[in-house]
Amino acid sequence: MHSEKQKHSFEPKIIAFVCTWCTYAGADLAGTSRMQYPSNVRVLKFPCTGRIDPVFILKAFQQGADGVLVSGCHPGDCHYIAGNFHARRRFAAFRKLLEFVGVDLNRLQFSWVSAAEGGKWVEVVTDLTEKVRAMGPMAEFKQLALEEQWSGTIGTPELKEAYNAI
Amino acid sequence: MSRIGVFVCHCGENISRTVDVERVAAQVGKLPGVAFATDYKYMCSDPGQNLLKKAIIEQKLSHVVVAACSPRMHERTFRKAVESAGINPFLCEMANIREHCSWVHENREEATVKAIEIVGMMVERVKKNRVLPTITVPVTKRSLVIGGGIAGIQAALDIADCGHEVVLVEREPSIGGHMAQLSETFPTLDCSQCIMTPKMVDVANHPKIKLYSYSEIELVEGYIGNFQVTIRKKARSVDEDKCTGCGLCMEKCPIKKIPSKFDCNLGMRTAIYVPFPQAVPNTPVIDRENCTKFKTGKCGLCQKVCGPGAVDYEQEDRLIVEPVGAIVVATGFDLYTINEKPKGSMIKGYGEFGHGKIPDVIDGMTFERLASASGPTGGKILRPSDGKEPKQIVFIQCIGSRAREKGISYCSKVCCMYTAKHTMLYHHKVHDGQAYVFFMDARTPGKSYDEFWRRSIEEEEAVYIRGMVSRLYQKGDKIVVMGSDIAVGVQVEIEADMVVLATAIQPQKGADTLAQKLGISYDKYNFYSEAHAKLRPVECATAGIYLAGACQGPKDIPDTVSQASAAAAKVMTLFAKDQLEREPIVARVREAGCVGCFYCKKVCPYGAVEEKEIRDRQGNLIRVVAYVNPGVCGGCGTCQATCPSKSVELDGYTDEQIVAMIEAL
Ligand SMILES: Cc1cc2nc3c(=O)[nH]c(=O)nc-3n(C[C@H](O)[C@H](O)[C@H](O)COP(=O)(O)OP(=O)(O)OC[C@H]3O[C@@H](n4cnc5c(N)ncnc54)[C@H](O)[C@@H]3O)c2cc1C
Ligand code: SF4
Ligand code: SF4
Repeated sequence: MHSEKQKHSFEPKIIAFVCTWCTYAGADLAGTSRMQYPSNVRVLKFPCTGRIDPVFILKAFQQGADGVLVSGCHPGDCHYIAGNFHARRRFAAFRKLLEFVGVDLNRLQFSWVSAAEGGKWVEVVTDLTEKVRAMGPMAEFKQLALEEQWSGTIGTPELKEAYNAI
Repeated sequence: MSRIGVFVCHCGENISRTVDVERVAAQVGKLPGVAFATDYKYMCSDPGQNLLKKAIIEQKLSHVVVAACSPRMHERTFRKAVESAGINPFLCEMANIREHCSWVHENREEATVKAIEIVGMMVERVKKNRVLPTITVPVTKRSLVIGGGIAGIQAALDIADCGHEVVLVEREPSIGGHMAQLSETFPTLDCSQCIMTPKMVDVANHPKIKLYSYSEIELVEGYIGNFQVTIRKKARSVDEDKCTGCGLCMEKCPIKKIPSKFDCNLGMRTAIYVPFPQAVPNTPVIDRENCTKFKTGKCGLCQKVCGPGAVDYEQEDRLIVEPVGAIVVATGFDLYTINEKPKGSMIKGYGEFGHGKIPDVIDGMTFERLASASGPTGGKILRPSDGKEPKQIVFIQCIGSRAREKGISYCSKVCCMYTAKHTMLYHHKVHDGQAYVFFMDARTPGKSYDEFWRRSIEEEEAVYIRGMVSRLYQKGDKIVVMGSDIAVGVQVEIEADMVVLATAIQPQKGADTLAQKLGISYDKYNFYSEAHAKLRPVECATAGIYLAGACQGPKDIPDTVSQASAAAAKVMTLFAKDQLEREPIVARVREAGCVGCFYCKKVCPYGAVEEKEIRDRQGNLIRVVAYVNPGVCGGCGTCQATCPSKSVELDGYTDEQIVAMIEAL
């Protein structure tokens, strides 16, 4: 399954935001089935794609991710009834925004991977890694981060202070 | 400052083969906040867990990260272990370096680097973890059952026999549902009334069952263990406590020609009526639309003749609130009426079959009433038009069912069997008659079912024609049925005296409205959805609500009763404890930040968000903010990602925890 490891000049950083019930379990299944895929991906587990705040995606890019994957249960299969529908709508709007800001949407992938789809997980991760590798490093956000230490979450000291004060 | 302990597992060789576990422990040990890091062959084994507990105590650890397999595998194991060593279980996290690392990568260097990063991420996360208390909710050990068909009756009796109170709500004046209408039942041909009425009486006499007939669910509030249900008890116009069920009022009522719904309009009833003689409760109800007293103010005969003075024209609807801990939904089915297209329905009508236009084209339930010994014809099969015995009878299966182009793609499941039953009943009653059946195929999976179906052909001489009917029309007093026999490849034409259509089983009208009140999900046909098609077939995704019978999908009586007993067992499991324990992964509102936009309320799939009033000491309303009911919250976190002011947080998945992980990359 796994071809001879090639040396690449660029190893992209891929961050995956996944839900526990479907995609995380699907990735587990890929493991128990001993499927092979590029080691570039780091997985962050959420209860539901509904919990994934678009800010996390920005944060990931800012933190040096070259590609981001968001993946959850298939529409209609949400463990939490409808969380993934909310996620879908939210990300549809968010993609537009990213596009507007000038981010290449090929760096951000959405997919539905069920707990039974170990193979699909491998496919999705491999495809995204190769695609992003071909695109090269993601410079835009790192630049932005340097410029104004921007953060959309309570990660900044000011916000944190305000947060603690309440 | 946190003192984190990191425990890297070899998992035999499953991890250590591709990941250099010692290097992982050594690297991670250098991270700020990590006080102790080690590796061990099998962390989940007894010695492994002991190593963990010992380290917690000796090293005075505050947080723990176990780098091993998937948390879906052993998170519970390790959280229990740390708890027994005196640390809150939610201060322990697992880093998945097996399923997500050692098993999916071959290159040792790459896998080791990845493992170090994964563990590092979890170390940063765990620093932000907070102590979470186990949430307990009290349980009200009373149950609501909605619908008094065989499903609701069975569930109510099972729960009540266990000693728990049951509130049974039935929309019609009597319980019994469709089974009370059936003549004899497949696959044994025992009389439906004979097996049904004793159960109905048991319900009426059971000290633990409170029956609200002629009542509907108005409002459902609360959550598992603690629902508040408002029931609308419709005005019956007869006082149930005073009425002795003598029936004198019905005898004297001058309005006698109202088609009886119970008898599928074959028989007539009075304006004050019980739907059928064995009704439970046996208290009449006045049909106000047809009663002269209500229409013109005159008459009032029933009140005059009623000895105990039970008739009460002034009676009004009453609203009653019942606290319950669990709800069983058993609202059953309706038959597809082919001649009319319900408003807004996606189902296209079946006008070509003449139901409702040709009087001797009837549906299966009407045939049941004809065949029933207690029915309007005393069990004789007679034509509704002229009361003659039909000598040629045609049954047509799959009317509405399995016809995607007409709107229903599912199989109604019981029609093959009841049509076979009908041919038998017909043959028993009309010895010189001939029954024909048009069918697509016979679906008879079930104990003794196929044998039963074969009997209808082999012993009861029914002629089965594989094919559909294309046209049907009245010719004199005959109904001409034109169709094709696809097995032989010929056109057939039968001059029938009567035609029986096996119309599709559909959810009850208003099933969607009830679902919305309950907060449960339903499919595109309005059948209620179970939490998992295979593993949780009687539970709703909404905790504390269970399903029984045909409201969840077409079902015969054996399946309905099994499901009802299963739902009752689930309720009893819930009632076995005084307090419910649940994972404390719930959302919490930071009231100071909440602007009261209630976007969270809109998106919450569980309806967990409430409006909370904040008042000053004088009691003046200052603000309205969101409040998440921890008993209802499912823990999805959708509210948090939606909240514009970042004022609601899901415990266990806070922004801080997640950002810490992203920043660790
Ligand atoms: C023609 C025909 C023949 C059949 N013959 C057989 C047979 O021989 N053998 C067999 O095993 N099965 C047979 N069946 C199937 C059988 O009728 C069903 O399996 C059974 O009736 C399902 O029971 P239930 O309690 O789920 O639904 P129902 O019998 O429909 O009962 C539902 C009850 O809930 C009440 N209700 C509905 N909505 C509300 C509401 N919102 N609030 C309060 N109450 C409400 C209704 O008034 C009703 O009393 C036959 C079906 C048909 C159509
Ligand atoms: S008052 Fe109504 S129900 Fe009573 S007898 Fe007269 S018509 Fe019948
Ligand atoms: S976490 Fe999910 S279930 Fe809980 S309140 Fe928020 S949206 Fe509702």
